[in-house]
Amino acid sequence: MNTATTKNPIEGHYERGPSVIADSDVTTVECQKIYYRQVNEAVRAAFGAGAKSVRLVGVNGQRYIGTGIKGKDLRIEVHGTPGQDLAMLMDGPTLEVFGNAQDGVGNTMNAGTVIIHGNAGDVLGYGMRGGRVFIKGDVGYRVGIHMKAYEDLRPIMICGGKARDFFGEYMAGGLLVLLGMESALDGPLVGGYLGTGMHGGEIYLRGEVEPWQVGKECGIFAATDEEMAALRPLLAEYCEAVGFDLEAVLAKGFTRLVPISHRPYGKLYTYL
Amino acid sequence: MEYGSRPAYSAESPFKIHGGCGLMGICDESGSLMSGELAIRAMAAQHDRGNGLGGGFAGYGIYPEFPDHFCFHMMYHDAQGKEAAEAVFDQYFVVDLAEPLPTRPVKGIVDAPLLWRYFLTLSESRLESMGMTPEDYIVHVVMFINTTVDGAFVASSGKNMGAFKGVGFPEEIGHYFLVEEYEGHTWVGHNRFPTNTPGWWGGAHPFTLIDWSIVHNGEISSYGINSRYLDAFGYKCTLGTDTEVVAYLFDLLLRCHKLPLELACKVLASPLWSEIDRMPEDEQAVMQSLRAVYGPAMLNGPFAIVLGFNGGMVALNDRIKLRPLAAARQGSILMVASEESAIREVLTSPDEAWAPKAGEPVIARVKGLDWPIHGDLYPPSGDESCAAADVKDSRETVEVS
Repeated sequence: MNTATTKNPIEGHYERGPSVIADSDVTTVECQKIYYRQVNEAVRAAFGAGAKSVRLVGVNGQRYIGTGIKGKDLRIEVHGTPGQDLAMLMDGPTLEVFGNAQDGVGNTMNAGTVIIHGNAGDVLGYGMRGGRVFIKGDVGYRVGIHMKAYEDLRPIMICGGKARDFFGEYMAGGLLVLLGMESALDGPLVGGYLGTGMHGGEIYLRGEVEPWQVGKECGIFAATDEEMAALRPLLAEYCEAVGFDLEAVLAKGFTRLVPISHRPYGKLYTYL
Repeated sequence: MEYGSRPAYSAESPFKIHGGCGLMGICDESGSLMSGELAIRAMAAQHDRGNGLGGGFAGYGIYPEFPDHFCFHMMYHDAQGKEAAEAVFDQYFVVDLAEPLPTRPVKGIVDAPLLWRYFLTLSESRLESMGMTPEDYIVHVVMFINTTVDGAFVASSGKNMGAFKGVGFPEEIGHYFLVEEYEGHTWVGHNRFPTNTPGWWGGAHPFTLIDWSIVHNGEISSYGINSRYLDAFGYKCTLGTDTEVVAYLFDLLLRCHKLPLELACKVLASPLWSEIDRMPEDEQAVMQSLRAVYGPAMLNGPFAIVLGFNGGMVALNDRIKLRPLAAARQGSILMVASEESAIREVLTSPDEAWAPKAGEPVIARVKGLDWPIHGDLYPPSGDESCAAADVKDSRETVEVS
């Protein structure tokens, strides 16, 4: 059988510094078998030494890549399958993944752009308060849960495939878009409990949803021409990043979901 | 000479440490054997999902020299527990081989119980006089030892399989038991982060009964009602971890009540009533019956589980996917794990990788082995005949008695 073999297979990841090759354009970090702490230390050290672009190769399961990194003009490239909490609390950089991502991408992210040329897992953009997450493929459960906006901060997440249940659950602000362009998942564009508990922000879906799929806190509307015109530049940017044809994306009608109340449970636990 | 009274084995139970879990399952549907090293590596890749308070593996097809013997892996608190359990074996079985489980010293693995294995056969006449099947007999003995023999616990009791588990990180435990030296067609593995119950050797995953083994990430909030329900069928929960009920529930549903696998999964991960309301009428009737008949067997709370057995493997999530589960296929190998990276640690170029849907089982079936599950709703994988299409159509009309 064709399975990976290594000489010392038992211990998993080694707690030692990765090999780092710095040249003028990009600093390359060999991550294979290196424990997540040393990988992330190497990334911070590279930026600390003035690098603007870090490329991580051989990534498999290392957590917290890009977590807490600040700086607008920084770039992190991930080749492989990054672990949980990718770009958590990230503030500014552009992080691009050539592969699938796991759970918790963009957790409480502040600013910057995450581009994933593959699928991503569950609980993406949890409490995200700014920046952009562009995912080419399918996403899992509880995507965009409790995304929020504040003054000029407005988080944006666009998913190119299908999503499962609880998309936009408890959403408090920002923008969530689901396209259903390419998908390996069976079933509808999105599962049930869509926007359940939603009290801020907006969700755009390319296609239609059945009322049962949508939480009772949401209103379901066909997107108007003005709304689509406003969305177009963002979709153009997304298509450019992940390689979809903008016209093909726009060839289908969009559905818009917005909360009908900004305090859906205002009376739940109070005396009437 | 006088000794102080021996502390009960449950003396470790006051320990309680808060924290998730990690799991894996791999099955080569062609029946080819794989080293346990693959299972160890997949768990080592998920090291940080546990906290060193429990790791374990179960392998199938690992005892080709004794394929028809029931193999008991035992944990003993002390020589007295061993003596008492061996007296039970002598009474209930013919013991063809008794030996210590091979182990090697591993840094970090301390306070191991006495670990022994026994290859046992049953006397036909005894079975006949008791009117029991061999499997019923084994279940009876396992429950008897776990409940009445202080200081002795059955880690596994199936044919051509065994569980290797204890307190430590899974790669340490795997190393300790030399798991990489065994070869099996199916492996399950677990990394524990105990949240509600003690981290002790008997409480590590997998939980097993005869051929069934279960690894679980999550918590079974319905443990109380599940264990009381199981008690009525003679299953005694003694190991102090919620996952134990899942192993016994699968035995009850699949072996005793002969439910088709898909329906057993719907018992454990019941569709929500709102979902049932949207089903076609005949399917509604089936699901309503399941919930009415098997209400106390429903698992409430978050879970991702892998069920291993001689014949294959089943992975299942709770109905709203409150715990992660990834799956991939490469040739004849089906693999599942809490994280995709753990799969990619072992399978270098999967043909497909996906996230299983909540409440829908991912099933691997080993070619050439008996399928120990009754009333197939679906045909074996790769067998797409006209008859198979008919079987699929009958899904909605299947009767539950």
